[in-house]
Amino acid sequence: MAEHPRFTRPVTAHEADKGQALTFETLPLDCGRALTPVTIAYITHGALNVEKSNAILVCHALTGDQFVASNNPVTGKPGWWVSLIGPGKPIDTDRFFVICANVIGGCMGSTGPADNDPATGKPYGLTFPLITIRDMVRAQKLLVDALGIEKLFAVIGGSMGGMQVLQWAASYPESVRAAIPIACAARHSAQNIALHEVGRQAIMADPDWHGGEYAAAGAFPSKGLAVARMAAHITYLSEAALQRKFGRNLQNRASLSFQFAPDFQIESYLHHQGASFVDRFDANSYLYITRAMDYFDMAEEHGGRLAEVFKCSPTRFCIIAFTSDWLFPPAENKIVAHALNAVAGNVSFVVIDSDKGHDAFLLDEPEMFAAVDGFVDAVALEAGIA
Amino acid sequence: MSELRPELAAIAGMIRPGTRVLDVGCGDGALLDHLVRAKNVDGRGIELAQQNVNACVARGLSVVQGDADTDLAEYPAGVFDAVILSQTIQATEKPAKVLKDMLRIGRRVAVSLPNFGYWRVRASLLLHGRMPRTRTLDYNWYDTPNIHLCTLADFIGLTQEVGAVISEAHTLDSDGRTTRIRPDAVTSGFLGPNLTAPGAIFLIKRDSASQG
Repeated sequence: MAEHPRFTRPVTAHEADKGQALTFETLPLDCGRALTPVTIAYITHGALNVEKSNAILVCHALTGDQFVASNNPVTGKPGWWVSLIGPGKPIDTDRFFVICANVIGGCMGSTGPADNDPATGKPYGLTFPLITIRDMVRAQKLLVDALGIEKLFAVIGGSMGGMQVLQWAASYPESVRAAIPIACAARHSAQNIALHEVGRQAIMADPDWHGGEYAAAGAFPSKGLAVARMAAHITYLSEAALQRKFGRNLQNRASLSFQFAPDFQIESYLHHQGASFVDRFDANSYLYITRAMDYFDMAEEHGGRLAEVFKCSPTRFCIIAFTSDWLFPPAENKIVAHALNAVAGNVSFVVIDSDKGHDAFLLDEPEMFAAVDGFVDAVALEAGIA
Repeated sequence: MSELRPELAAIAGMIRPGTRVLDVGCGDGALLDHLVRAKNVDGRGIELAQQNVNACVARGLSVVQGDADTDLAEYPAGVFDAVILSQTIQATEKPAKVLKDMLRIGRRVAVSLPNFGYWRVRASLLLHGRMPRTRTLDYNWYDTPNIHLCTLADFIGLTQEVGAVISEAHTLDSDGRTTRIRPDAVTSGFLGPNLTAPGAIFLIKRDSASQG
């Protein structure tokens, strides 16, 4: 039975669709432990057809959530992918049944470190098991199975969402008709791990973190989490976009202050990003989910041969990358396309000229919409979906 | 859907319905689109120009951005029934390697190319002493993408060198119209297609006798 999700962050938009949640007995994890029980919070849009052949699973990025195409009940803001998903959009909710679930380890209703450990009755904190991208996908499979869907029409996502898309195709090839990994890679690079470690150390260096047990201490490591977000946010943009949007413009002043208060627009922009993030995200979730991304390396168990992962894959792929994305550059995306070529997989690989950096996948990018639209239509034609 | 130009229609005629086909340098995807729709092929494309790739994907084709010179090496052997290289071989860095790669990954290879032995090309160089510009080779020498031009006889020489045999041949006239000819007629006599045709299409395959 679907229940209502329990958010660890305060709900501000009471009129928003809060989605649903399902609790399963147990979820075995790559680390050898299990989450018992495990709750998965999710939201759906559109209607599942009689054949159950029109379901599209959307996978969210590091700090995303299930509120992909409707107002977010915590922030009150529109869904994070309303540009792509909705009635008449490239992912048309009048045509497809769209599912988006909060990842495990998250803080929007799926089981995460802020939840109580049933064994102790206290928040997991750092006793929460280390999770992987594959664990996230295994949890989503529980949900998809529970919804009675044997084969997803498509799995789509950007950044960490793209990693989940690739993992879906690798773990459950027969359950994925089409895969649309965007702005991602088949492994986290040294640079990406390094950037994540800076964020984690910022959180852990905050005295309000209390070794992860800030809830018990009645505290929250807002400063550390904000710094982590500020550092990460820079990596989501490009130098050109920063220059174009902010340059060296001063914030509310005519000249330099000769103080450390924010002089520049880019500084106050980052401060705002940090401050608004801590209102909606859990610090320990940030630690766990960044770690899951760091551990991601699909080729590892195949001796570094990524092509082996996709051998005989029946899935049709559409890989999309952006020229100015330096977090998951086109070259990293291309490695996946090449691996699929090497097994004669059915793959399209699109690189979109944009100066908006990694975050381009969330923005108004008509060429991305056209690619997704054309790809989805072609697969729908093959699958006989009206 | 606009009608295929005759050259592409002739290539399409070489493709068996329902097979898996790779179009190398597929441009805007006109041929691939036709093959997918009209012949129900499992069509894949490689294209160098990003804008073309994006246009292909937006029309529902499976196309990757890639370079024939470097990226064909990744494909496994024998997975395509046919590999197509239309008006592209003269723009590759290593035509012999590209041709060998295509013969490895496809059972049959369709190649169309301009003929540098065409009499207008020869006459232009002979009479004017300048690099030729013709309707099919309409570039200045300093901005042409065509870095490895050859005559039809040269191309046939290359097919022999890489251990391939020609199973079908068509000439292309300056309006792009095609005429099917016997493969051995291409280089026969001084006044044959090597002098009279602006271009040609060949269907080639590995010579099972030579294993070259």
